[in-house]
Amino acid sequence: MSSASPTVAPVEVDRPSDEDVKEPARLWIVIVWNDPINLMSYVTYVFQKLFGYPREKATKLMLDVHHKGKAIVSSGTREKAEFDVSRLHAHGLWATMQRD
Amino acid sequence: MDPSEPRVVRTPSGDFDLRLPKGERDILRALPGQLRDLLTTDDPALERLFPPAYPDDPALNQEYEEMVRAELTASHLTSIDVMEATIDASRLDEEHLVAWMGAINDLRLVLGTKLDVTEEMYEEGMPDGDPRMPSFVLFTYLGWLEEQVVEALATELNGGEPGA
Repeated sequence: MSSASPTVAPVEVDRPSDEDVKEPARLWIVIVWNDPINLMSYVTYVFQKLFGYPREKATKLMLDVHHKGKAIVSSGTREKAEFDVSRLHAHGLWATMQRD
Repeated sequence: MDPSEPRVVRTPSGDFDLRLPKGERDILRALPGQLRDLLTTDDPALERLFPPAYPDDPALNQEYEEMVRAELTASHLTSIDVMEATIDASRLDEEHLVAWMGAINDLRLVLGTKLDVTEEMYEEGMPDGDPRMPSFVLFTYLGWLEEQVVEALATELNGGEPGA
């Protein structure tokens, strides 16, 4: 598991690269991909139920999935993203996660 | 029974009337057991029930699978058990209807994967004589039924306004 908490800056020396500095703060994003099986109404319902999104936002995300092929539906630490992905998988949605 | 008659109707008490004609219940009856049996296999039709979380990272994905596989299977089985146990019910509470929705969706994912369903198939249907026709008819029926279940549940979620 990657650490979600910021690391304490080293006292000294080698100047860390930008990449190293940003690493702890980088978020993971959860993406839902379009698929030809799940119903549009069902996908909207799942977004509302799992994330508590208002219907308008859930509908917009669903339409992004449908028309653009995917949508970012949540983000956070790796643990949170994994939790969200597993809940989406339990509901049969095609969800993946990656670093932002 | 008229196909235009709603199959799922929310009652004033917050439960749901399940108005399924016997013929439809008889079609549905065997499905939960079939799905339960399939879940004990590694049939490729199950791939949509257990998608990869990290499609580009086999090691992380393996870790994810090991962490969630049992829990995901249990969650699918719970829905299957509820649908099977209440297959003749005329009224369901919300929790049970949610389980029906989950089981029906799982069945559609499996059937749709077996059929290799595409968006075009919804518009164009199957060519006459296609051996997949019976499965496609069942797939279409389950989608029609699920649409009604979702609409009934979304109405609840959206404070009485029709959802979906």
